[in-house]
Amino acid sequence: MRPFDYLRAESPDAAVQAAAAPETMFIAGGTNLLDLMKLEVLAPARLVDITRLDLGGIEADGDGLRIGALVPNSDLAADPRVRRDYPLLSRALLAGATGQLRNKATTGGNLLQRTRCYYFHDRDTPCNKRTLGDGCSAIHGVNRNHAILGTSEHCIATHPSDMAVALRALDAELELLSPNGSRRRVALADFYCLPGDTPHVENILEPGELITAVILPAPVGGRQIYRKVRDRASYAFALVSVAAAVRVEDGLIAHVALAFGGVAHMPWRDGAVEGFLQHQPPSPALFAEAASRLTAQARGFGANDFKIPLLQRTLAAVLAEATEVTA
Amino acid sequence: MKRHAKIDGPQTDRRLDGMAQGVLGQPLDRPDGPLKVTGRATYAAEVRLDRMVHGVLVRAPRVGTLNGFDTERVRGMAGVLAVLTEGLPRNSAQGAIAKSPPGNEGKAQYVGQPVALVVAETLEQATHAAWTLEVGIMPSIPVINPHAAPTEFPEKKQRDLGDLEAAMAEAAATLDETYHTPTLSSAPMEPHASIAEWDGERLTLHGAYQMLKFNRKQLAEALGIDPSAVRVLAPYVGGGFGSKLGISAEAVGAALAARMLGRPVSVVMHRRQVFEMTTRRSQTQQRIRLAADVDGHLLGIGHDALVSNLPGETFSEPVQQGTDFNYAAPNRKVVHEVARLNLIACGSVRAPGEAVGVTMFEVAMDEMAHRLNLDPVEFRLRNIPDHDPLDGKPFSSNMLAQALTEGAQRFGWRHQPPRSRREGEWWIGTGMSAAVRVNMLTESEARVTLTPEGRAKVETDMTDIGTGTYAILTQIAAEMLGLPVAQVETVLGDTDLPPASGSGGSFGAASSGSSVYLACLEIRSQIAARLGIAEEDLTLKDGHAIHANRTIPLSQILDAPITTEGHVEPGDSGKIARNATYGAHFAEVAVNDVTGETRVRRMLGTYACGRVLNVKTATSQCHGGLIWGIGMALTEELIHDPRDGHAVNRDLAEFHIPVNRDVPDLEVYLLPERDDWANPIQSKGIGELSICGAGASVINAIHAACGVRIRDLPATPDKVLAGLMQIES
Ligand SMILES: Cc1cc2nc3c(=O)[nH]c(=O)nc-3n(C[C@H](O)[C@H](O)[C@H](O)COP(=O)(O)OP(=O)(O)OC[C@H]3O[C@@H](n4cnc5c(N)ncnc54)[C@H](O)[C@@H]3O)c2cc1C
Ligand code: SF4
Repeated sequence: MRPFDYLRAESPDAAVQAAAAPETMFIAGGTNLLDLMKLEVLAPARLVDITRLDLGGIEADGDGLRIGALVPNSDLAADPRVRRDYPLLSRALLAGATGQLRNKATTGGNLLQRTRCYYFHDRDTPCNKRTLGDGCSAIHGVNRNHAILGTSEHCIATHPSDMAVALRALDAELELLSPNGSRRRVALADFYCLPGDTPHVENILEPGELITAVILPAPVGGRQIYRKVRDRASYAFALVSVAAAVRVEDGLIAHVALAFGGVAHMPWRDGAVEGFLQHQPPSPALFAEAASRLTAQARGFGANDFKIPLLQRTLAAVLAEATEVTA
Repeated sequence: MKRHAKIDGPQTDRRLDGMAQGVLGQPLDRPDGPLKVTGRATYAAEVRLDRMVHGVLVRAPRVGTLNGFDTERVRGMAGVLAVLTEGLPRNSAQGAIAKSPPGNEGKAQYVGQPVALVVAETLEQATHAAWTLEVGIMPSIPVINPHAAPTEFPEKKQRDLGDLEAAMAEAAATLDETYHTPTLSSAPMEPHASIAEWDGERLTLHGAYQMLKFNRKQLAEALGIDPSAVRVLAPYVGGGFGSKLGISAEAVGAALAARMLGRPVSVVMHRRQVFEMTTRRSQTQQRIRLAADVDGHLLGIGHDALVSNLPGETFSEPVQQGTDFNYAAPNRKVVHEVARLNLIACGSVRAPGEAVGVTMFEVAMDEMAHRLNLDPVEFRLRNIPDHDPLDGKPFSSNMLAQALTEGAQRFGWRHQPPRSRREGEWWIGTGMSAAVRVNMLTESEARVTLTPEGRAKVETDMTDIGTGTYAILTQIAAEMLGLPVAQVETVLGDTDLPPASGSGGSFGAASSGSSVYLACLEIRSQIAARLGIAEEDLTLKDGHAIHANRTIPLSQILDAPITTEGHVEPGDSGKIARNATYGAHFAEVAVNDVTGETRVRRMLGTYACGRVLNVKTATSQCHGGLIWGIGMALTEELIHDPRDGHAVNRDLAEFHIPVNRDVPDLEVYLLPERDDWANPIQSKGIGELSICGAGASVINAIHAACGVRIRDLPATPDKVLAGLMQIES
């Protein structure tokens, strides 16, 4: 680990000002950052510790909820309002990592955790995300856990968060504080970037910008499901995951929100697929068609080809469960 | 006084059965348990010495000729004391070999090879400097594909009996399938660690090793000094599974650096280095052929294996070791081929050979049972040989039939056609497999002291690698000397003590146990002599000698402590009779029809391992074996990059060992057995038996559940899904 300066921020404003300096990073739970620093994949010269800031707490926000950026994953999953009104979020959190990690991991840090691409974690192999222009080792290498949607020739990494997938289905927004003191709200839908030819850019945060809270809109009701397919029963990242909030009224799908994990550089959502399902009577044929539309543009790179049928099947099964329609 | 026994034939006196203390076999808690769970047992990496500094190993980032290091820059970094680029071994020493591991001859022969050691005042400084050190390499093209590599056929590992081809041509039913197992890693919980300290010409190494008497010689030769100048201490070892049989680069590096700097040096491997710089289990390709008559009697068995290792390594995964004697068949052929690859060195990993060989063979047996339309348990029962199928010698004991029958009954085994049970999205099925594993005895010595106050001390350089050695040696001595276990102290893991077998090959308990038994037998003889009676007529219990209605406290018999030594050696016994252990595995799995995910719902194992020394630690070993089986079947694979062969997923987030939620209730039943041919305590190995074939029961259960036959391990969802989709179309 490269030696670094450590600074404990006393206020959000002080934190963002300090973090605007070059080679500076925030540290929250440290469960992702420290691992990457030990591997010298990340080597900041300065860490700004935000854990003493007053950014905890889960509060009502109109009809919705305002979740402080420092709320631990465990607390968020256990919150009674979250469990009652946004069960999808609670389930996604509990499907991630382990109890110990969830106790340390924060809401803000979870959103910004880095890809689990093997090569990104290995300084001895080329990776465009680490050093732009070096090439992508995964495209012709081991890519079993890589993306099938929204990839580019420069990077095929996935975003590994389960929580982010749930938040995407729930239409969450982020509250950001910039070093110049201004605050802005950004929909999670507009927060992450596809790799394109800038795979090192993963989101729209400006240098030094701090996530202060996540805002959930009013609950949508209906059936909520988070289904994570993984290599072992716990403590493994998603091969594919599906977050669904579905409400059926009078035999028709009245509301449907679907987000997908393990398949893209960001939690994936496809408005056209939701539009296709909207106002339709649920049926296996409808689900199969939705699944095939979802993956129309999907592309595998060898070892991850299986994710295409896996995603289709998992989506169809989740829709069947949510609408209580079986074949 | 020393009691020596060379085991040339059956040991029929079964003296242990005549003892009175009643502690042997009991589920005694580990005497070292409280120390471990309260953090007071000091493992190598926790040793803190005055003026100690830290070394960190540097890996070769590619294969080629080593071409200089930018040591200047690194030497100038904060805290850096030394950069060592000479003298490190290419890879770990193999087990039970008294020779130094090979040097690197100026080459990086695999990605991940240790090529330098950076030493600094603090671990953090050394780590950063190690990351910074540039390794100059003139790259060459690595050979990583076993099919495009130079291969060898070790003479001793080929078998050709009768005419397999003719048997295949004439048989009523045949099978000819090819199976693959991936590179596996032992991934012990404790990383490899060495703390070296010199006192003049004498070296003390606090290490994490399994076989100290060999480790001492390996290290001495690597350093060019006499073994008598080396002391290795390893009182507590956090798992080894073969990866700590021989010394690795961290031991040599720590010793060299400590000598150079005149300060103690600690070198602890990073988890990622454990995957690369110690040994792996070779990937295997196994072609299995079976020929049977209409009644399901095997006529021919063929088992061809392609394994790999680095050039020059003598070890090759003995895939077909169990095939030599598992089932009867007059025509047998075994081809054993070793590809020389530029990949991480291969060595023994828990049950080398049978772990993967029996597992895939038992999958083939399941396939064959289906072709014959036979219950797989019955198919196996029909093919149990009544003597060694290779050379006709008798079995010392063959408990396979009992294990199969008892296991089937306890599990509630019912043979059903595939795809006959479904719960929602989940297919449910059960599978079984046999377990076989060679049993060995190796030379071992121990010293036992009994005091007039009725306290005993057992001393040997034997190791406890989490297996329970402290418990069982304590129990053997307590049983033989008639003492409550609290009165017996066992001291292990120090080469200043009598040299033991070490832990490996499941021979540790029986071998070191026999040496303790012999030393105690000698003490008993001396006590009997003082009483003027025969040893057989002496009863020792609770610190008293009992003879002819007289109960005499030890203090009235002994005026000073008695110290004796026991020494056991293998003799002709193993040559006259085939010595092995047997068992059976049963598993119930659920396979998700949508995703191909497999979850094990319950698992049961029955095992015969001779005399059980401690039912708790023996059962615990079997739990471990079953869990390894789950991992081998479903999740574990060290993935090599297709271009340079480096281990891609070399951490515990991505090398998937089973976690608690993957492991259901495990049931273990140990069959009563005494194997007189094995050794004077009639006990055999258990640690490895329970992994041999365990994974096959899971793979066979997947087939029974959903009809998908997995021939390439592990059965990850992608592979099962491909099979499900094939059945659907
Ligand atoms: C072995 C392992 C398994 C895991 N399995 C899963 C899994 O199955 N599913 C899953 O979803 N996750 C998993 N995780 C990831 C885990 O959820 C993340 O590590 C965790 O959520 C990160 O939160 P943190 O607070 O520790 O972030 P940190 O490590 O402190 O920070 C992560 C990044 O976020 C930045 N940051 C943190 N807070 C803020 C803020 N408020 N504003 C701006 N920037 C900020 C930091 O600068 C850093 O770049 C796993 C992790 C490990 C180690
Ligand atoms: S997929 Fe992305 S993160 Fe992985 S090697 Fe390629 S560029 Fe790097």
